[in-house]
Amino acid sequence: MTSTTLAQPRPRAGIATARRRHTLVGWAFVAPFAIVFVVFLIAPLAYAFYLSLFRKALIGGTQFVWFENYLKAFTDEHFLSGVWFVLTFSVVLIPVQMLVSLAIALILDVVTTRFARFSRLMIFLPYAIPVVIGALMWGFLYSKNFGPLGELFGLFGANAPDFLSPQLIFFGLLNVVTWQWAGYYMIILYAALQGIDPSIYEAARIDGANNWQIAVRIKVPMITNSLVLILVFALIGTLQFFNEPMMLKFLAAGTIGPDFTPNMYAYQQAFALANFNYGSAISFALGIVVFICVYIFMLATRKRGGFLG
Amino acid sequence: MSTHTELITTHGRPQRRPGRRFIGAQLVLGLLLVYFLVPFYWIVINSSKDAAGLFGGGSALWFADSIDYLGNLQTLFTYNGGIYLQWIGNSAFYALTGGVGATILCVLAGYGFAKYRFRGRTFTFSLLLGAVMVPLTALVIPTFIMLSQLNLTNTVWSVILPSLLNPFGVYLMTVFARDAVPDELLDAARVDGAGELRTFVQVALPLMRPAIVTVLLLSIVATWNNFFLPLAMLQNNRLFPVTVGINQWQSLAAANNGGGTSLWSLIIIGSLVSIVPLVIAFLSLQRYWQGGLSMGSLK
Repeated sequence: MTSTTLAQPRPRAGIATARRRHTLVGWAFVAPFAIVFVVFLIAPLAYAFYLSLFRKALIGGTQFVWFENYLKAFTDEHFLSGVWFVLTFSVVLIPVQMLVSLAIALILDVVTTRFARFSRLMIFLPYAIPVVIGALMWGFLYSKNFGPLGELFGLFGANAPDFLSPQLIFFGLLNVVTWQWAGYYMIILYAALQGIDPSIYEAARIDGANNWQIAVRIKVPMITNSLVLILVFALIGTLQFFNEPMMLKFLAAGTIGPDFTPNMYAYQQAFALANFNYGSAISFALGIVVFICVYIFMLATRKRGGFLG
Repeated sequence: MSTHTELITTHGRPQRRPGRRFIGAQLVLGLLLVYFLVPFYWIVINSSKDAAGLFGGGSALWFADSIDYLGNLQTLFTYNGGIYLQWIGNSAFYALTGGVGATILCVLAGYGFAKYRFRGRTFTFSLLLGAVMVPLTALVIPTFIMLSQLNLTNTVWSVILPSLLNPFGVYLMTVFARDAVPDELLDAARVDGAGELRTFVQVALPLMRPAIVTVLLLSIVATWNNFFLPLAMLQNNRLFPVTVGINQWQSLAAANNGGGTSLWSLIIIGSLVSIVPLVIAFLSLQRYWQGGLSMGSLK
């Protein structure tokens, strides 16, 4: 989208007065949001940055320490292990999630039975469930006490995998997040597929293309914008991972520590240890890192008609 | 209004040939369906059990000997002075005020961005696009410290006010208003002597209705599902939304394993009850969100 072509000016007499009126009325419409934007987005970010430059010591009170908190963060094992976890988690999760949602969307685009429509609705349903409850439901399914895994694997005389153990929690969380969001991404992709002009498929079919070729060579390239959009959503969501591990830490006793993800670590620093300066530094660093990663990614994948246009 | 709903739900595309069956693909769908519905199935079954049924070693995928939905519901609604109902009420209150408020701001700002060429618009709009990429949880801790200096933490305001921020909603409204509200129509209304506000309310708003419903639904869901923000802001458990409340129950149940067993059945049926309103809302409003969700990516 090209933001500069929004609302072309119309030639008319008294352009200067018209412009002034446009500015006034335009700002009047934007103002309520702009106020909230400044108070709850710009101000907290600026304030977090300001706080992050100080350190509170038991002796000597609050001191200005420049970027010491950031230096500390980037040499802090707890913070770095959290960063490493969310990075590896994104690298595995995002392709899996996109493949699952793309596959479902492609199937639903050609299969138009009543059963397919029903499936579309049901696969989307997890999006309506609070993340906290979704994580809890899967936690119950994984749990030795409540879950069916022991019974199911017992039928084959095998030991059930424990997705709440330190070795497998990665996959346990992977499954929860995929379950929760694949349906939402599927709906976005499905709608984009439905927006393609079907006469293109007819032309391809006349040229001898089969369903598979049409899907891979025509449909997927034509919905690149939507794929990029959901990739960005997934990236932003995963790097700030908090709710799911926070919820599962009770069922997975000992597996998920307070430094499991950067966001959980910032929460612990701020609320359990009242170390607001360091917590702010981590929050701010996380926000900036996510912002820069996503921005670079968007510029790299920029196409005509994309989000950043 | 109906023409625009159709426009975004079907994109003017003719229906595909019916009658093609794709047995293999439908089988795959069937398996996926089982996967996506298993957690719902588990929670519906296990909501019927008491502590003995949950821990007694019976099957996790089938009913225990005693099926007691009503008894569990009664315990849920009366436990600790009916605090669960209070949580549900709080969630609904936060979701409605936060969601409706956020939507109003999005509609006004989206219309302003789309239809007025005001000084500073290009800059403000690119700032907005940047904001879509800021992870909102990174704002929770500084917002908490800011509000605590104003003595606003641990009040309903600390949850509602930050929920009013929805940059992506503004982006969606801008994109939609730009295409769905023709400039010629607005000019015609102005020529006929309608003021800017009247033009907006009587001409633009009805045309923007499909996008308004979508943004409203997304904002309400986002606020209802919010966890980090209320978890950080609220200490008084009478103000908790249901997500934070169930989290608290879970930490209590996990902390005292023996005495906490009865709490697990409350957590399970409490989770079930908390998802019912949203499931109903989504199933009944599907014709709105199915088209609307794609708006941001199509343009």
